[in-house]
Amino acid sequence: MTYILLFPLAGVLVNLLFGFRRGERFAGRVATGAMGLAFLASAAAFLSLLGLPPGQRALRAFLFEWIPVGGLQVKASFLLDPLSSTMTLVVTGVGFLIHLYSMGYMHGDRGAVRYFIYLNLFSFSMLTLVLGDNFLVLFVGWEAVGLCSYLLIGFWHERDSAAEAGKKAFVVNRVGDFCFLIALFLIFGRFGSLDFGVVLPQAAATLGAGSGAATLICLLLFGGATGKSAQFPLHVWLPDAMEGPTPVSALIHAATMVTAGVYMVARTSALFALSPFAMGVVATVGALTLLMAGSIAVAQNDIKRVLAYSTVSQLGYMFLAAGVGAYTAAIFHLVTHAFFKALLFLGSGSVIHSLHGEQDIRRMGGLRAGLPVTSWTFTVGALAIAGIFPFAGFFSKDAILFAAMTSPRGGLVFWLAGAAGAFMTAFYMFRLVFKTFHGKCSLPIEQQARLHESPRVMLLPLQALAVLSVVGGWMGLPLVRGADLFGGFLSPVFPKMGGEHHEVVLEVAMMLVSLAIALLGIFVAYGFYVRGQGVGAAYGRRWPRLYRLLLNKYYVDEAYDRFIVQPVKRASIWAWHAFEDGLIDAAVNGAGAAVEAAGGAVRRLQTGYVKSYAVAMLAGAFAILVYLTVRGG
Amino acid sequence: MAPLEHYLILSAVLFTLGVVGVVVRRNAIVVFLCIELMLNGANLAFVAYGSFLDSLDGQLIVFFVMAVAAAEAAIGLAIVVLIYRHRESTDVDDLNLLKL
Repeated sequence: MTYILLFPLAGVLVNLLFGFRRGERFAGRVATGAMGLAFLASAAAFLSLLGLPPGQRALRAFLFEWIPVGGLQVKASFLLDPLSSTMTLVVTGVGFLIHLYSMGYMHGDRGAVRYFIYLNLFSFSMLTLVLGDNFLVLFVGWEAVGLCSYLLIGFWHERDSAAEAGKKAFVVNRVGDFCFLIALFLIFGRFGSLDFGVVLPQAAATLGAGSGAATLICLLLFGGATGKSAQFPLHVWLPDAMEGPTPVSALIHAATMVTAGVYMVARTSALFALSPFAMGVVATVGALTLLMAGSIAVAQNDIKRVLAYSTVSQLGYMFLAAGVGAYTAAIFHLVTHAFFKALLFLGSGSVIHSLHGEQDIRRMGGLRAGLPVTSWTFTVGALAIAGIFPFAGFFSKDAILFAAMTSPRGGLVFWLAGAAGAFMTAFYMFRLVFKTFHGKCSLPIEQQARLHESPRVMLLPLQALAVLSVVGGWMGLPLVRGADLFGGFLSPVFPKMGGEHHEVVLEVAMMLVSLAIALLGIFVAYGFYVRGQGVGAAYGRRWPRLYRLLLNKYYVDEAYDRFIVQPVKRASIWAWHAFEDGLIDAAVNGAGAAVEAAGGAVRRLQTGYVKSYAVAMLAGAFAILVYLTVRGG
Repeated sequence: MAPLEHYLILSAVLFTLGVVGVVVRRNAIVVFLCIELMLNGANLAFVAYGSFLDSLDGQLIVFFVMAVAAAEAAIGLAIVVLIYRHRESTDVDDLNLLKL
């Protein structure tokens, strides 16, 4: 099981030592190979987990005592249970495909070797995060993926906007990490341990259901999750993170790292079960985020930004599910989302690659002819995310909507939010599909002539992910008892919520409703962007204020700038003058000036005449002589 | 044999002559001679005490002093020669470069 972690780390080291000398092809092969081996190791670990009886599926690997300090005993140890096994399979599997794709996408980039080192380092960190057996190992992974995210967003650091975006991601994440850290302190203070094996089983006994401490810890943990998983109000960094290379957006900012928050909430579900209030906050924030990000995505024109807001919105779904206690549904959606969102990002990368960096969908159109494979795989991804039967997104989204409605903590409001989100998802995804691949091509003729499909090494991952986006949902078939393999595999990890009897009629009805909603979204998009050209723009003109509000992402960035960034800047400038200039510099300069003045006073003694020194010496000797004589007498 | 006081008085006179010479004279070489005078004044006191107290310690120290004086004269005269080459003067009052 530790081999899962070992391979990406070995990849990093090999590439650090030899990659720069052996060049890009070598580095790409090493990195991809390492991920492939890690995937095989994860699969082997998964199989050995399946060999155990359902109640006892947990493997622990103890490496060494990491921090043995007084009452704080932290072990470097890893835990493989159904939850972390699912995550490792996703991370290594999708990661492997994205590494493969990167070999084509980054071909010819000067920093390709550096890129592969970062990518492997990220995979290692992410695996540390999901496999960690205590909060601190998780936190190390948590920070390390943040670092890799920073490095990869700002990968093209000679571009100002990329460097800025990396900085923004880092700073915004820091806010969340700070909450997470305080939560860890509180947990250690209450439990005297950070091991999952100690904290989670004892949570109910130590904290007590509904207690203030439980609520506080859960809210702080969720604060950490909002940072990493880009939930409102800390979602602002993710759209800017699209400055990084597209495979990075696919791997880090869609499939794996941003889901770390969902994973963490699911992992600590025993704590969240104690605090209905915190659960309510999680569900509400999730619902708010999914509505907000979904509506923003409708108005964006950058292909990657649409996908970024879509990611934020889908993460909102996951938190909505977690908030109503449907952790299985949340993780299920996490997995299927990893498939189809990675597919969509890689597809958009393929489009951008063949258009030599063009990202504005208003200037695309009719690309279906030039990019057949990209076009059909992208469409599969769009169908999956829109939730059309029988694609993967249908099952996972339906599971979430069903839970939002029927769970004791859910309700009609949450269902409505989810349904509205589903409509928007279908609409903006097909707006993207129609504007990019259908209609008339608005590119210059010579650019159209040069249009070419991406190399095979990039198409292969697309095809693999497209297949996964179709069949990925079938492991969680609802309705039929025993067919929900996914739920059956995961559910021992999570606390029982009660009221889990399925009413088949209700479920089928809701499936039909959500399917109808998704189809309606696609149909509206079709009406707006294919049949009636310019209808969408006409609606934009009809409600200019609303359109501008969406285009400018609800002015959240501006509000942050106005109410946080600028005041902090002003305070910093004030502190610079008051403390730096007034206190620190004054003290240092003052010390220098005092020494100089003292020296100026004393230097008059130094005449430079040997004789005066001789006289002074004699006078001294004489004085000592006199003193000795007087005292002796 | 002359009493001890005579030796000591002569020694004090030699030493004082040396001190006055160091302070008053300006020629570096003369200043050096005066320093030798001071050293020999002290030497005289040492040998006088050594002889009167029947101890070899006094004589022994004198050898040390003479060795130091020889070394000091060698280095000191070399410095004076160099200074003369540079500044064409052996007047110690001209040598005030260490002042600001």
